[in-house]
Amino acid sequence: MSNTALQNLIDQPYKHGFVTDIESETTPKGLSEETIRLISRKKNEPEWLLEFRLTAYRHWLTMAEPKWPNVTYPKIDFQDISYYSAPKPKKKLASMDDVDPELRRTFEKLGVPLHEQKVLAGVAVDVIFDSVSVTTTYKKKLAEVGVIFCSISEAVHDHPDLVRRYLGSVVPTSDNFYAALNSAVFTDGSFCYIPKGVHCPMELSTYFRINTQDSGQFERTLIVAEEGSHVSYLEGCTAPQFDTNQLHAAVVELVALDNAEIKYSTVQNWYAGDENGRGGIYNFVTKRGLCKGVASKISWTQVETGSAITWKYPSCVLLGDDSVGEFYSVALTNHMQQADTGTKMIHVGRNTRSRIISKGISAGKSNNSYRGLVKIGPKADRARNFSQCDSMLIGDACGAHTFPYIQVQNNGATVEHEASTSKIGEDQLFYFAQRGIGPEEAVSMIINGFVKEVFTQLPMEFAVEATKLLGLKLEGSVG
Amino acid sequence: MRNPGGKLLLEVRGLTTSVSGVEILKGIDLAVREGEVHAIMGPNGSGKSTLAKALAGHPAYKVTGGEARLDGQDLFALAPEERARAGLFLGFQYPVEVPGVTNASFLRLAYNTVQGARGKDELDPLEFDDFVREKLKLLDINPAFLDRSVNDGFSGGEKKRNEILQMALLEPRLAVLDETDSGLDIDALRVVANGVNSLHAPDRAIVLVTHYQRLLNYITPDYVHVMAGGRIIKTGDKSLALELESRGYDWLLESGRAVAA
Ligand SMILES: Nc1ncnc2c1ncn2[C@@H]1O[C@H](COP(=O)(O)OP(=O)(O)O)[C@@H](O)[C@H]1O
Ligand SMILES: [Mg+2]
Repeated sequence: MSNTALQNLIDQPYKHGFVTDIESETTPKGLSEETIRLISRKKNEPEWLLEFRLTAYRHWLTMAEPKWPNVTYPKIDFQDISYYSAPKPKKKLASMDDVDPELRRTFEKLGVPLHEQKVLAGVAVDVIFDSVSVTTTYKKKLAEVGVIFCSISEAVHDHPDLVRRYLGSVVPTSDNFYAALNSAVFTDGSFCYIPKGVHCPMELSTYFRINTQDSGQFERTLIVAEEGSHVSYLEGCTAPQFDTNQLHAAVVELVALDNAEIKYSTVQNWYAGDENGRGGIYNFVTKRGLCKGVASKISWTQVETGSAITWKYPSCVLLGDDSVGEFYSVALTNHMQQADTGTKMIHVGRNTRSRIISKGISAGKSNNSYRGLVKIGPKADRARNFSQCDSMLIGDACGAHTFPYIQVQNNGATVEHEASTSKIGEDQLFYFAQRGIGPEEAVSMIINGFVKEVFTQLPMEFAVEATKLLGLKLEGSVG
Repeated sequence: MRNPGGKLLLEVRGLTTSVSGVEILKGIDLAVREGEVHAIMGPNGSGKSTLAKALAGHPAYKVTGGEARLDGQDLFALAPEERARAGLFLGFQYPVEVPGVTNASFLRLAYNTVQGARGKDELDPLEFDDFVREKLKLLDINPAFLDRSVNDGFSGGEKKRNEILQMALLEPRLAVLDETDSGLDIDALRVVANGVNSLHAPDRAIVLVTHYQRLLNYITPDYVHVMAGGRIIKTGDKSLALELESRGYDWLLESGRAVAA
């Protein structure tokens, strides 16, 4: 099969590219202390949070956009973005039934269940539409076991001590350019708190949707797992199709105390732009987990298929002795998409372990980079890391790059790195064809085989969704 | 079994094929009838693999002239996967590795696709497992094979056995085995030969591409063709293979040249 036919397979139209016609309240474009005070006022925030924002903002003004990622894009005009956009509620939401029907239809189209009765496998969902959390399902059931799962705005009012204690404790306001920006202007996001010894009875899930053309989305997620607790959290995202770029700069902070475990899974399907690279989301995200307690564990699993540009390194700081960090990633890029993604595993405590499995798939003229840092601190006796970074190329016009950084300051540590590059080429497809298997099925089988190790980490429903998503991007008509 | 009055299974006429713009096959004529075994021999680079790949439809091998029919059907009008479903099987000289895809799932998908094309029932994973294990036993292949990735890290001999296993599963009308015997020790050679012989049936045919005569000790060809420079320069019976074994190809090439001159 020719490369063109191969390309047809992966050129599936984006299915979530519609815009919901809904009245929303959007602040004028531009960013200043005044904008920040406005956001804070609209959200009726306490003084300390406004201070948090302003500190971040003032620091952000002194910072420069990072230039080291292996991506290129025109300079972003931060004054040309609207920093707050909220669907106008007809009235205050008292229950699920009060959700704007138009909004509800949007999520039905996207296959996100808002209605508790319809929730299939008992997944609690928080939905962020543009800047604002629309609804959180299953709140009551979770409250029975003491799990708090709500929007971060609600948490600021209802659980101020917890939020104040942990917000910015893993990703400081000055951490990096986009994290500082997020800290200044974040509008909503999810908060979860799992009390001591509680095994969260259901998957928690947040669904993000950018709807407005000129608004940025800056959500903030904070998850705290107390001693001996356990939680699995899922995040999904889509956006409509515009020919301009939207900025998405989220911050996610995870804190795991002694013997706690947090499993964080993402299926990212933001609009990727068209085949000429017009439009699409700039996804500049800071995700970090702190294994604060002994024998705590944080596991990131991501399936990145969307966005024009992805800049994202879900990381673990392994502070507690015997703590474990994991990163499982599949990043698929096509057309003109660019991804620079990977992880950082910072070993501080003794006997800490980390595992990195990264699978990059590049097609079209896209550019896919893995960037990973494994750092073993001086006190991290017997720390161990294993990294495996595999790249798969589809066609001749795409690029795959691996940038592993390894810093070891302790002689007793073990660090292993393996990498491979393979290519779905004519010969492989011909081999399948000669056994009666057509190119679509062949590509899908090869890709599914390639990502298997990562997909087995996903919760069941999500694995099914992710497989379908890859399938969507890979199947199609062959000439 | 020579079968002069039998049904014509494969008919190739005046086939020319080029690779990267260079003409490799310069006019091949070949007729294979049901029940027959043909051997194609010839020095390295004479175009044997090119013939096999052109028939199977490898996109890099451009057919520039001539025709080929399988069961009367125009082969070149079919996509490669359709040729396979129509019963053409190519045992690869260099089987491709597919990391991450287990042999079991690959074999099952291939089997079910070809069965489906024949209007027969597909097998679910459990049924297929029983079925494939029977075949493994016949071919003396270790069942651990099924859980490994397709040809990934296989030894040369294991790859060739895997080709024979696939042939045994797919039961093709016409199997073209491209040097399935090369690089095999004597035990593996016997396994391959048994596999070929057990497939051999009155309504099927086999084309063995080889440049050793040793495989022909186990499988008796009805015809031996000698290829050189993209043409079949001589056709004979089993005795031709023996003659090539003792005399090499040079005498043939020279007389071929003499004829051409
Ligand atoms: N993919 C290819 N690209 C370029 N040249 C090729 C390719 N395949 C075969 N050839 C050339 O075609 C000729 C015949 O090769 P081949 O059919 O493999 O011969 P055989 O199988 O008889 O050894 C050789 O000169 C070889 O170099
Ligand atoms: Mg050859």
